[in-house]
Amino acid sequence: MSAPGGARSAQAAARPYLLSAPALLLFTGVVLIPIAMTVILSFHDWGQYKGIEPVFILKNWREVIEDGYFHEMFLRTLRISVLVTLVAAVFGAPEAYILNRMRNPWKGIFLLVILGPLLISVVARTLGWALLFGGETGVINKALLNMGVIQAPIPFMFTETGVVIALSHVLMPFMVLSVWAGLQRLDPQVENAALSLGASPVTVLRRIVLPQVMPGILSGAIIVFALAASAFATPAIIGGRRLKVAATLAYDEFLNTLNWPLGAAVATLLLVALVVIIVGCNRLVERRYAQVFQ
Amino acid sequence: MSRNGPLALAYHTLFVAFILAPIVIVCIVAFTPEGFLSIPTERFSLRWFRAIAQYPEFIDAFWNSVWLAALSSAIAVGFSVPAALAIARHDFRGREAMTALFLSPLMVPHVVLGIAFLRFFTQIGLGGTFVGLVLSHIVVVFPFALRLVLSSAVGMDRAIENAAVSLGATNAAVFRRITLPLILPGLASGWALAFIQSFDEVTMTVFIAAPGTVTLPVRMFLYIQDNIDPLVTSVSACVIAVTTVFLVALDRIYGLERLLVGRGQQEGA
Repeated sequence: MSAPGGARSAQAAARPYLLSAPALLLFTGVVLIPIAMTVILSFHDWGQYKGIEPVFILKNWREVIEDGYFHEMFLRTLRISVLVTLVAAVFGAPEAYILNRMRNPWKGIFLLVILGPLLISVVARTLGWALLFGGETGVINKALLNMGVIQAPIPFMFTETGVVIALSHVLMPFMVLSVWAGLQRLDPQVENAALSLGASPVTVLRRIVLPQVMPGILSGAIIVFALAASAFATPAIIGGRRLKVAATLAYDEFLNTLNWPLGAAVATLLLVALVVIIVGCNRLVERRYAQVFQ
Repeated sequence: MSRNGPLALAYHTLFVAFILAPIVIVCIVAFTPEGFLSIPTERFSLRWFRAIAQYPEFIDAFWNSVWLAALSSAIAVGFSVPAALAIARHDFRGREAMTALFLSPLMVPHVVLGIAFLRFFTQIGLGGTFVGLVLSHIVVVFPFALRLVLSSAVGMDRAIENAAVSLGATNAAVFRRITLPLILPGLASGWALAFIQSFDEVTMTVFIAAPGTVTLPVRMFLYIQDNIDPLVTSVSACVIAVTTVFLVALDRIYGLERLLVGRGQQEGA
């Protein structure tokens, strides 16, 4: 393929571009242009009777940035995402560690059980939480009441608590997967060496295991945070119509109020905020743990 | 390797119970003999599974989803093969940026994609059409197809190709007789993973599906928004059952962790 001659080498240089041209064209036409159009749409005007007017104004952006309603909603989205990320990290990381110490066939079986739900419909999983939380089938409250842990049923449906629990469940496999993948790269003998040199199990956990799984936890946290902040089906079903987050608000503006320019501004802000947070965190993690990513 | 202590195993049991609880309860409630949501205690009934047959909207949506997923995954795999070969074998200017662009649907929130497609397809006259749905799903499942095709293209032994070329085979013959068969496992698993992702997609599709082109998850979502009754639990139980069979098969053939783990590594690279 690296035949001598100017024509052949020019042809060889063009080859990767020719090979990727179909996909590049597709992505330009169906990803870049639509997203650019959405950003432009967010600067258009809208009225109940006149519809969308293609002018350049900052009205929607001013509304999104200054209105207390939008502040509350974006703060709620942030709060839910941070809590979900924390829950996933605190409960998912130990499970990945335990999973990694299991023997086959158990390791394979439980890996399938824990990662499998990732591929099961989000709507079906969220429906499960709606059943566990409320109404006649509200198993959680019934069990807690029977055990005497609580006096009155805890409201899970249409609350942030419920959304955080359900969303943690939906996104948990990503955290387990990320930490587990990180653990695969480690040498288990380091732990044994520390133990044989007289370190206590607690010291081993704190000084050997934790620093080693930290990159996995952090990259898992970035994925979970990004997906939690843009989650739609779970907050829509568990949170209901009143407990709005960024994604469900954009949905409402688009399909109920029909104020597309305002919905586009909410979506653009969500996209920009997420890209800034993800890229920033990635940089931070990579710099801090540069040697681990080699 | 040391074993897990009793405390670790207790934690593990609770964790697995947490993961399985919502999935199991859907499957149990689906068998209720009552007309309302309840946990069947005395007897199980198939009445709500039989009821699905009387709701053509779920059946139609199911077939819409199957065709959409099969078609968009196949096209996505088709687009990903040349792109994966370019990324795997050539070092060229813009390679990193291009890879980032191709993986971007993993990072861009699906709600943003849904809005962008709604506006775009309405403007170009594809609003609510099946063609629009297919185009949008190709893009969303593309990263999954690309990743698996890429990993099989990277792991491939190129000596065989070189041997074929030195024996006088044309480029087309090398691709058809050598390259394609060697990356076929990656193609098949990429298609399967893309199929599942497309079949489950709800956030983006809810924006662009019209009543005639609604997919199963969107139909379920819209139904749940109005009210939750045993019918939607039996539909969900069917979806869970089908996905689980698919999942176990995929795990046996390819290995689930191999299928899924690539994601983090690809993003880290």
